[in-house]
Amino acid sequence: MSASSAVRGFARRTLALSRAEVLHVIRDKASLVQIIVMPLIQLLVLSNVATFAVKRSPAYFVDFDHSAVSRGIIARFAASDLFETVGQSASPDLANEAMLRGDATIVVTIPHDFERTLTRDKSAPIGLDVNAEKGSAAGIVQSYAAQILTDYSAELGREIVPTRLTVADGNVSEIPPRPGAGHIDVRLRSWYNQTLDYKHYMVPGILVALVTMIGTLLTAQNIAREKEMGTLEQLNVTPIGKAEFITAKLLPFWVLAMVDLMLGLLVARLVFDVPIRGSLVLLFASAGLYLVVALAIGLWISTRVDTQQQAMFLSFFVIMIYLLMSGLLTPIDSMPHWVQVASLINPVRHFVSICRAILVKGAGIREIANPLITLGVFAVGFLTLAIRQYRKRAA
Amino acid sequence: MSALLGLLRKETYHILRDRRTLFVLIFMPIVQVMLFGFSIRTDVRDVRMVIVDPTPDATTLEIRDRFAAGGVFRILGVSSTEKPLDHLFRTDTAQVALIFEPGFGRRLASGDPAQLLVITDATEPNTGSARQMYVNAVIQQYEREQGRAPGAVQITPQVRSRFNPTRESTNLFVPGLMAMVLNIIAALMTALSLTREKESGTMEALLVSPLRPWQIIVGKVMPYLGIGFLSVLAVLGVAKLVFQVPMQGSLVLLLAEGTLFILVALSLGILISARTSSQRVALLAAMMGTMLPTQMLSGFIFPLESMPRPLQWISVVVPARWFVFIARGIMLKGVGLVYLWRETLVLAAMTLVLLVASARSFKVRLQ
Repeated sequence: MSASSAVRGFARRTLALSRAEVLHVIRDKASLVQIIVMPLIQLLVLSNVATFAVKRSPAYFVDFDHSAVSRGIIARFAASDLFETVGQSASPDLANEAMLRGDATIVVTIPHDFERTLTRDKSAPIGLDVNAEKGSAAGIVQSYAAQILTDYSAELGREIVPTRLTVADGNVSEIPPRPGAGHIDVRLRSWYNQTLDYKHYMVPGILVALVTMIGTLLTAQNIAREKEMGTLEQLNVTPIGKAEFITAKLLPFWVLAMVDLMLGLLVARLVFDVPIRGSLVLLFASAGLYLVVALAIGLWISTRVDTQQQAMFLSFFVIMIYLLMSGLLTPIDSMPHWVQVASLINPVRHFVSICRAILVKGAGIREIANPLITLGVFAVGFLTLAIRQYRKRAA
Repeated sequence: MSALLGLLRKETYHILRDRRTLFVLIFMPIVQVMLFGFSIRTDVRDVRMVIVDPTPDATTLEIRDRFAAGGVFRILGVSSTEKPLDHLFRTDTAQVALIFEPGFGRRLASGDPAQLLVITDATEPNTGSARQMYVNAVIQQYEREQGRAPGAVQITPQVRSRFNPTRESTNLFVPGLMAMVLNIIAALMTALSLTREKESGTMEALLVSPLRPWQIIVGKVMPYLGIGFLSVLAVLGVAKLVFQVPMQGSLVLLLAEGTLFILVALSLGILISARTSSQRVALLAAMMGTMLPTQMLSGFIFPLESMPRPLQWISVVVPARWFVFIARGIMLKGVGLVYLWRETLVLAAMTLVLLVASARSFKVRLQ
């Protein structure tokens, strides 16, 4: 047999089986809905849910001082749109109660003689009790509060202190230099996400998660079903080869997942206004490579199970580990060092970083070369593993 | 009663025989605690910084040293132009850039404001803000020591982190994890095991047996109640031993509330199985109806306050939302029923409604 006719035979058998798969999917309206509509709905809902954004934290004020300065502090908090006053009293018990009930995220305690201490010593303590039950948000709330206090003390420094100095000491030379002179003027720039919109961070991640779930789950479940129904044995006695079978099984789901990605990107762009700063061609090329990995993992799972239920459970288990360790929800850099090293063998991690780099940062091929090559290695590795594991014989 | 015992034994055999599923059921909770404990962190440390200093002098060197010494920042390199920044940020090599304006030290010495541009990678907004705050803190500390503080007075915040002093994220996830694991075991597995009997036609055999309907349900559900209870203990054990998660309140109360939550999940599982006829549909319904809401709308990972209003309203009907609040209250705040009776009542009411609904649906199947 000549080489070209071998290739033609491969293509013919592969396409025949692929067509059977496509017909299966199209015929079963329920699974079509499951594959196309559900991910989109999930994207729409989850993108609104998945946010660590901190806005309007409920603040409770315990004011023992009742001075102009203490009222000024409370007013500054109220004026900032990061806090919302839920209560104010001179009772720490009421504040404690509010925090135990979960009504207050931060309690600001202004001690007795706060204003007098501040004018006398130029420095006075203030109590900030943060409800650390809120996790990472607590840290942000605390820094916001500290920022408001710093800004306010700068304002006060210009207003009250010079008068006190002249009145109390009569010492003109102690008046601080003119405001703004000789200090460091810190300008802050937030690159890639000026508005600090969580959706720009989460939507690409959720998209990756959905495409991964669709690809891995469908593949694993599909072959497990053939096993359960006994149709896999029928296929095994046909002249179709191992490589042909696997190509034919993967191809339709690869196409479906790509369609999902395309629709998802459209939603991300139109509904959530997620920026697409880099090249779409590059994104889809990387996605194509990544999907080979995701599908091969699904295939590998299916070779290890007997029933659909097991396939589902095992896939969820594997996908969950992959997703959690991918830096999709929280930055990889915050994880312990050994987890960061371990995450290097996680394909999702590499694809998430490629997606964010291309979409949000506008990276080109040179900048994503490393994760892309890693994905290529994974694609070859997992595919080989899956093909080796797959036996054309009933166990 | 012996008939019920027989069914119980049969169910236990079923569970014990399927080794793979059993393995997942037992190990999933433990692995999940580990995963969440190690992966969901938002600490800011080891921030990769590049410095652009076109005209190095004593002042900029001093400030650079401050950043190098602080322990939070790791300085990757110093450049004299901004050109390499784009590439460094895109490859995620650098996360913060500090850009001194030309003649920084000279301007400062002569009493003019000197500009320092701080660029942070804000792809992840909270981490971005946190990095900015750290940079700001270092600069303010420096200015204060140099007597150049922006104001002459200083309000010093004394921060206390209530309920979770170390800000350990594991402490926050353990209650949510319990809810998730219980949902998988109680709701998902119950729904699957009942629909499997339908699918394979053995449900009819059970219905014509001397067993009463409630006995069938109890027999089906009891083994999962047991496994559910064991996994709660496993989660708590791992949390305590590996991550030193505190237990401020009463363990007995927590276990009692846990049992109440298992009942909610079980009744949900029964309801799903009564309404569906195939494992595939049951699985999907359980995923959509219990797993996703538990993960997403319980405040377990994502704070509820940050979500749009309509989603907050929907979260009211998610049982896990109430359980997470209760469990956190007991474990972290050490509060008792005095603070938690409302949430407990909500869970009890949910159990009642779901049980009545599922009992009704189940009777329909009898005819």
